[in-house]
Amino acid sequence: MSVVALAPGYESKVEIRDLETNFHGNILIFVHWEEHLSFCSAIAFPLPPGMPFGAFVSEVVAPHYAAHPDAANVDWSKTLWSIDGERKSPDFSASLAANGLHHKSLVRFWTPGLSGVAFS
Amino acid sequence: MSGTKKLGLRQRYEYLTRGLDWETSYQPMDKVFPYDSFEGIKIKDWSAWEDPFRLTMDSYWKFQAEKERKLYAVIDAFAQNNGQTGISDGRYANVLKLFLTGISPEEYQAHRGFAFAGRHLRGAGTRVAAQMQSIDELRHLQTQVHTISHYNKYFDGIGEFPHMHDRVWYLSVPKSFFDDARSAGPFEFMIAIGFAFEYLLTNLLFVPFMSGAAYNGDMSTVTFGFSAQSDESRHMTLGIEVIKFLLEQHPDNLPIVQKWVDKWFWRGHRLLGLVAMMMDYMLPKKVMSWKEAWDIYFVEAGGALFQDLGRYGLKMPKYADIATAEAEHISHQNWAVFYQYTHAAAFHTWMPDAEHLDWLSEKYPNTFDKYYRPRWEMWAKMEKEGKRFYNNALPQLCQTCQIPMAYTEPGNPTEICFRSTQYKGDTYHFCSDGCKDIFCDEPEKFSQAWLPVHQIFQGNCGGATVPDVLRWYNMNVGADNMDYVGSPDEKLWNEWHAEKLRQAS
Amino acid sequence: MAQIASITLVHTDEARPIIEAIMADNPGVRVMNMPGAVKLDCDGTITVKRASVEERIGRSWDPQEIQLVLVSMAGNLDEDDDHFTLSWRH
Repeated sequence: MSVVALAPGYESKVEIRDLETNFHGNILIFVHWEEHLSFCSAIAFPLPPGMPFGAFVSEVVAPHYAAHPDAANVDWSKTLWSIDGERKSPDFSASLAANGLHHKSLVRFWTPGLSGVAFS
Repeated sequence: MSGTKKLGLRQRYEYLTRGLDWETSYQPMDKVFPYDSFEGIKIKDWSAWEDPFRLTMDSYWKFQAEKERKLYAVIDAFAQNNGQTGISDGRYANVLKLFLTGISPEEYQAHRGFAFAGRHLRGAGTRVAAQMQSIDELRHLQTQVHTISHYNKYFDGIGEFPHMHDRVWYLSVPKSFFDDARSAGPFEFMIAIGFAFEYLLTNLLFVPFMSGAAYNGDMSTVTFGFSAQSDESRHMTLGIEVIKFLLEQHPDNLPIVQKWVDKWFWRGHRLLGLVAMMMDYMLPKKVMSWKEAWDIYFVEAGGALFQDLGRYGLKMPKYADIATAEAEHISHQNWAVFYQYTHAAAFHTWMPDAEHLDWLSEKYPNTFDKYYRPRWEMWAKMEKEGKRFYNNALPQLCQTCQIPMAYTEPGNPTEICFRSTQYKGDTYHFCSDGCKDIFCDEPEKFSQAWLPVHQIFQGNCGGATVPDVLRWYNMNVGADNMDYVGSPDEKLWNEWHAEKLRQAS
Repeated sequence: MAQIASITLVHTDEARPIIEAIMADNPGVRVMNMPGAVKLDCDGTITVKRASVEERIGRSWDPQEIQLVLVSMAGNLDEDDDHFTLSWRH
């Protein structure tokens, strides 16, 4: 359905506010540690698409989840990943882009055996 | 006034609202009222509009003046007697901070919105009602600022409220709600604010909030609240009259109105999650739980209303069942957000003490002990060990409501609810089906949303680090933000308390 | 589900005669006391009668004066010189 607006041709005047080009060469990535609701929501990062997935895990994901008591016990080789709703086994040496991540992708991960304190 | 020659109420109202307007002849009516047709609403007879309050302008001024006189007498007495030292606990002041930064500026937005509706709807009765409401809303802002300014002499986090409202991440939630309503046409605005907000949801905001103020010794806030609320009854009546009027005018209006009711119910439900948190977590002495308030004011009162409106074919808002199920979770989930982002909030947070935890268990027997108590106890333990839990990353926000995506899947409180859609090649994320539907109906509008987290990353909020952004918010770091325990507010409160004990002994 | 017509008033000296009038004129009215306010509920309809309030305060009373003490309400409003009534029609 087309937009109901007073101005004719409103649709053509729309400026989408969060286009990839507005992020200075980065793409926006959301990441969430499942079964650990202490982290109230997924967390957001602007990242270069060429960043290796392994660096994303060790330099971005791990430090930002370090405050949780489970964090020290995470075995990243056993982690289960979902990227934009699909189960994936990311290649840690390949870039975010090569692993299929794009602007505003959502990465969710599960750490088998670790599910916080009652999922918190 | 039977027995006198005075005109009756009905006649006086007739004279005020009938025959005062005219058909323009120098310009066509459609050019004089350019906004009241593009939304697709069809009005056959504007004179069918009836305001059951039948308030004439002279009575309006008389009653409003009387309300103001009473209010300012209380505000003066409160200040003269150092009423701020008699509140239940220093924590209570945080309720006022959230109110002044998050709600009072919306009174102003409502004032502007009703001024717009009062100008652009072509029925005289409707215009009079909208103009009165516009003046009321301005009065509400003024009395709130005036009342809370007394607290600003003592407590942090209050003085920068207009600046913060335009910039701080969580305040974009109420701001964008009203921006959305005000950038819609006048009919949608009337349904959004007049009906969905004022009629369906405002009781949940004001009645428990003001009753809470009374219970916590804040007589000045009780008085501005109930003074505003007395106008609110008139606004509620306007809201219900608007919806009946639109539905009676033309059958084609029904699907449009239903869509707006669905949208604004859901948006209102999300917005009021802030009030839920205030009631269950921030009031030192609690009046009722959010769940209890929801049952009285939405399930019971809303149920009666929609049963009544059923004769026009209007149905309960979409996802009302989900919202009712969420009433057992929403306050806890929101408090978790603010607790972990306390460094970036302009009010203080804390973990509930043992007595408060037990109150929550009692009020939320289905959910609290199972899902939330373990988290609070873990965080309290970490706090004791000197490892107070913070979230040091920025949260993913919902594109529609702009709240961190902290809400869980319907039916599964252990998993975050993620929804997304594509628009013009970009991905958009949502906290719920309700928020996703709203976006999908108007992607042109919501793809322009100013999401605070994304704006920070784009470099539009003072800098790249959290301290840069807090400076851009005009936040007084170390005073306005962080936990209540250890704050200057707490220090001051403890001094007052010690002084009282000294004087008593 | 019964449709509840409701009036909430501030709990003050000024509102007390109105609260009393409502309780006298609406059989089966249910009262919920909150700090600072009182909510009065009736199935279907609830009314405030001018004459009943005047009887209690000993002066003439305009139903519009209820606006000075009104906090909230539920139902369709019908107001004229003699009464202030809220009801559900369906």
